Amino acid sequence: MLTIQNYVRAESLEQAYELNQKKSARIIGGMLWLKMTHIRVQNAIDLSGLGLDTIEETPDMYRIGCMTTLRSLELHPGLNAFTHGAIRESVCHIVGVQFRNLATVGGSIYGRYGFSDVLTIFQALNASVELFAAGIIPLEEYAKMAPDRDILIRILVPKTTVNSTYLSVRKTKTDFPVLTCAAAQTPKDFTLSIGARPGRAVVIREPHFGSAGTFSEEDVRAFANDVSQNITTGSNMRAQAAYRTHLAEVLTRRSLLTLKGGSL
Amino acid sequence: MLKSVNQPIRKKDAMALVTGKPVYMDDLGIFDHALIVKALRSPHAHAMIESIDTKVASRIPGIEAIFTYEDVPNERFTLAGQTYPELSPYDRLIMDRHIRCVGDPVALVAGTDEKAIDRALKAIKVKYEILPALLDFHDAIGSDILIHPEDNWKALDFIGADNKTNRCASETTSDGDVEAVLADCDIVIDHVYHTKANQQTMMETFRTGCYMDTYGRLNIVSSTQIVYHVRRIISHALGIPKSRIRVQKPRIGGGFGAKQSAVCEVYPAFVTYKTGKPCKMIYSRVESQIISSPRHEMEVHVRLGAMKNGRIRAMDIYTLSNTGAYGEHGPTTVGLSGHKSIPLYTTNLEAWRFAYDVVYTNVMSAGAYRGYGATQGIFAVESAVNELAARIGMDPTLIREMNMVREGQVMSAYYNEMNTSCALDRCMERAKEMIGWNEKPLRRVMPDGKIRSLGVAMAMQGSGISGVDVGSATIKIDDDGGYNLLIAAADMGTGCDTILAQIAAEVLECPVDQIAVHGADTDTSPYDSGSYASSTTYITGKATEIAAQKLKVQMTAEAAKMLSCQPEDLDFDGKCFTAADGQTLTIKDLATRSMCGFDGALETTISHSSPVSPPPYMVGIAEIELDPETGEVYPLDYVAVVDCGTPINPNLARTQTIGGLLQGIGMALYEEIQYSDKGRLYNNSFMQYKIPSRVDLGHIRVDFESSYEPSGPFGAKSIGEIVIDTPSPALAHAIYNATGLWFRELPITAEKIAMGLMEKEKNAQNAAQQLQ
Amino acid sequence: MNLTINVQVNGCKIEESIAPDLLLIDFLRAHGCLSVKRGCETSNCGLCTVFLNDTPVLSCSVLAARANGCRIITLEGLQEEAAELGGFIADQGAEQCGFCNPGMIMNTIALLRENPDPTEDEIREYLAGNLCRCSGYEGQLIGIKNLIQWRKERQTHA
Repeated sequence: MLTIQNYVRAESLEQAYELNQKKSARIIGGMLWLKMTHIRVQNAIDLSGLGLDTIEETPDMYRIGCMTTLRSLELHPGLNAFTHGAIRESVCHIVGVQFRNLATVGGSIYGRYGFSDVLTIFQALNASVELFAAGIIPLEEYAKMAPDRDILIRILVPKTTVNSTYLSVRKTKTDFPVLTCAAAQTPKDFTLSIGARPGRAVVIREPHFGSAGTFSEEDVRAFANDVSQNITTGSNMRAQAAYRTHLAEVLTRRSLLTLKGGSL
Repeated sequence: MLKSVNQPIRKKDAMALVTGKPVYMDDLGIFDHALIVKALRSPHAHAMIESIDTKVASRIPGIEAIFTYEDVPNERFTLAGQTYPELSPYDRLIMDRHIRCVGDPVALVAGTDEKAIDRALKAIKVKYEILPALLDFHDAIGSDILIHPEDNWKALDFIGADNKTNRCASETTSDGDVEAVLADCDIVIDHVYHTKANQQTMMETFRTGCYMDTYGRLNIVSSTQIVYHVRRIISHALGIPKSRIRVQKPRIGGGFGAKQSAVCEVYPAFVTYKTGKPCKMIYSRVESQIISSPRHEMEVHVRLGAMKNGRIRAMDIYTLSNTGAYGEHGPTTVGLSGHKSIPLYTTNLEAWRFAYDVVYTNVMSAGAYRGYGATQGIFAVESAVNELAARIGMDPTLIREMNMVREGQVMSAYYNEMNTSCALDRCMERAKEMIGWNEKPLRRVMPDGKIRSLGVAMAMQGSGISGVDVGSATIKIDDDGGYNLLIAAADMGTGCDTILAQIAAEVLECPVDQIAVHGADTDTSPYDSGSYASSTTYITGKATEIAAQKLKVQMTAEAAKMLSCQPEDLDFDGKCFTAADGQTLTIKDLATRSMCGFDGALETTISHSSPVSPPPYMVGIAEIELDPETGEVYPLDYVAVVDCGTPINPNLARTQTIGGLLQGIGMALYEEIQYSDKGRLYNNSFMQYKIPSRVDLGHIRVDFESSYEPSGPFGAKSIGEIVIDTPSPALAHAIYNATGLWFRELPITAEKIAMGLMEKEKNAQNAAQQLQ
Repeated sequence: MNLTINVQVNGCKIEESIAPDLLLIDFLRAHGCLSVKRGCETSNCGLCTVFLNDTPVLSCSVLAARANGCRIITLEGLQEEAAELGGFIADQGAEQCGFCNPGMIMNTIALLRENPDPTEDEIREYLAGNLCRCSGYEGQLIGIKNLIQWRKERQTHA
């Protein structure tokens, strides 16, 4: 059972950051993962009162506060128009509405979980994270860092993407994914993010598949094959590595063909 | 013209349930200040406790008592809820020095504060001698590792049980020379089918509260299907007379057989017995997943002999069943894998043999789960029949029509029972019509590359355990001329309280609302084996029917006395007795007058048992959409047509059917059981054991083709269990029709399908290369 | 260290000193909201659904401390709506064991407040996190659709 000695509703990010420097402190996001742990927390720090649960649109980016729920992402008209529904598709399989009303984007990203749909999609969208101490760094880089005691404030999504798509395979529709695949095009670049390998999502870029370029179905097949041969997959209770490797090919190909507007 | 029976009326408890009234064990308020009991559980699959130190733990404030194996009686018993003498061996102690599976209880901690209990559980120091574990049930017989070497292990009724060879049961039965007939057949389908130890996952976990009452008797309030068996089990476990125990069940949040074993009752009962204080034990979902009473894992080897024209002549079945660490329901579930699969093909069957071994291993004990062995056997036999149809290129429904059991046949593999009521042929006809069998090809490739396909299966079950189950009903008239119906059958959501009231109301010619139902309580309900084995409607329902008839005779006789006439001169319309001379007596008046200067009793109790167990029958047809690249299967449509005799309440019968089918679909496609090499179950939560959610399927459609069972109440048979039997073979068949691959192990996951298709393609390429 | 919270539960104000790790489900059950059920420890079953400032959430996954200043509604506070919807479920015989009903009915009420005329797929998707092992979901779906139809007809007549 999780035990908490003190609950602190942070009054400022500075205060939260100070408190969080102790090893026994935890920032609480949606609480969904934390609740299942058996750790003893000295100070549980709640960022709920800091107005970080909003999605702001600026001329060149979306600024998503860390306490924004997955349900808010799912329902946000701007983000979903911008991603052609890929954001919605990436989160709508996660357990249920009541769960997604609690789960926060900050918690999902900070955890850098292997199974994370959220990490998968935002990596494909070339997002960055805004950290209290370390400032702004690319999500792709952040995903590789070991968890530290900095505070993730926002996810920043540049409006450079012109088209994106999200696919996943699950044993049941609301289960963790067996493999996730997000794909996004800018005019001159293409970003593929493959997660639940079961390791955390990795990014592959291929300028050839930018939205301004032309590519054939054969190119796509060759690339998908290449991707599946080159990414590392592993086995866990949801699937064996070989199946994930196979799915990486299928989902990569389908993503690209969807973006191309072709058939599956 | 039936007024109450065969009517789709609301369940009596429906509005209380939908509005969230506090009606379950932990809502009643009785246990709000009771001690909380939790168990320290073994992390090892096989071990001997060398020492336990509870000193530090017991000094934690809020801890009331800690018990270990040193404190419990040394008489073995079984947790299986079965009629005495139970066929399940007496192989348990409340706690044992010998640990036989991960999760076995090592200590019981009782305290006032959950946090203190959790600290105490951590503070108990246990030294284990870790023993090699027997985790693969194929290795059990002849293994050096003995699960139950103890000398006080006891089987009350030997069916080949032998603890010195890890055998919980073993038997061979047959009729005719099966080898000779198989040798004479054109085709023998010979395969092994494997099903896993699926979990019932009722939404309310196991839970029990206990207290000592005014008379010093141990009172148990438990979420159970079997109040009387629990009373006996606790009596055995504690070594106290049954007369000192009372067991009641409130509303219970689902059972499906899980609560046909006393999974958690003995622990809090022991704590209250020792401390004299009220206590409660609420199992976590993890406990309900890892140390409960799931389906028996079985491997069913089928040899099915047939002619090229589809005539099925011989069936030889060997089942290996894994009962796990203890033998609950081990010797009994296995029988159904043959006796409720082979008889489906009685028509042309010349010989059959059915043999089995049930073995102990170091995994969680199995128990009773809806279908109870029939599910496993029917997956095997129905798959084998589908394989036969594919082999000879025959329509799988026509091969069944040629061979299926018919009304009036004697079923030699079903204990020579006569098939007194059977509409299986009509079920098949109707199911084909509903799905459009004759219009749709077995396999269609859709424009997006996905494949739609069909699969079919039949099933039978029983209606109670013949010559064993006892169902009882007490009916008495109340002051206002309504009735009280007292039962010990357990409504676990199934609606039996309402169904039994419908039967009584039909006989007594009154509205169902006038029958108040109470149960189950060992102090006030008449003896009933409990709600399991598809027995309640058929057995307890018949008892209710007879009791109501008898009460009506009693009432008529008393009314005749009061009106000074002969009983046969009275007319009764459900409200009022009218004599030939026009005098009347309402039942309200009768009831009132029976409370003053009256020396009869307007009350009757009937116990009923049946020498036969008439099978319900059904046909299920699945239509799936399969993605040949990812292997994902989406059940688009599942149609099922059931012959349960007369459906007493068509709404409840339909919901039973749909619910059971969806459980079967989960079992077939993704409900997975995975153990670590140390015997730890990974699928220990709803996060890791995935049951179907409502987005995992298209639609399920149900219809009834009713036969009339003369021995049942108003022609009824059973429905509770049969409904889980068809999805596994029907879906395996649909997947074969989509992919050309037979999957003989459950669950048939997307991964297995995709990898199977890849291998098939590779083999085809290799073959083509070799040809070149 | 205990802390004091002020919450409104089904319209009643409660001020109480609580442990910082107390979960909302346990707080609510201790205050007589026994319709709120626990079915798992992994936030998967939906049995404990309540409204937190009108939003359906899993009360097993919310710290009571975090609910400070919030309005909480459980099925105890929605008896009329529960009976109205529940009647349609009951007419299908789909309430069955009933243990999942409060959470499912809460979430259905939330759905219909957000979207009074959902499609079949929208109903299923919204309720995907409400597990039920008895009913096979079909009768619940039909019951909800019948309620929606009935409400439409009532509106037309009015």
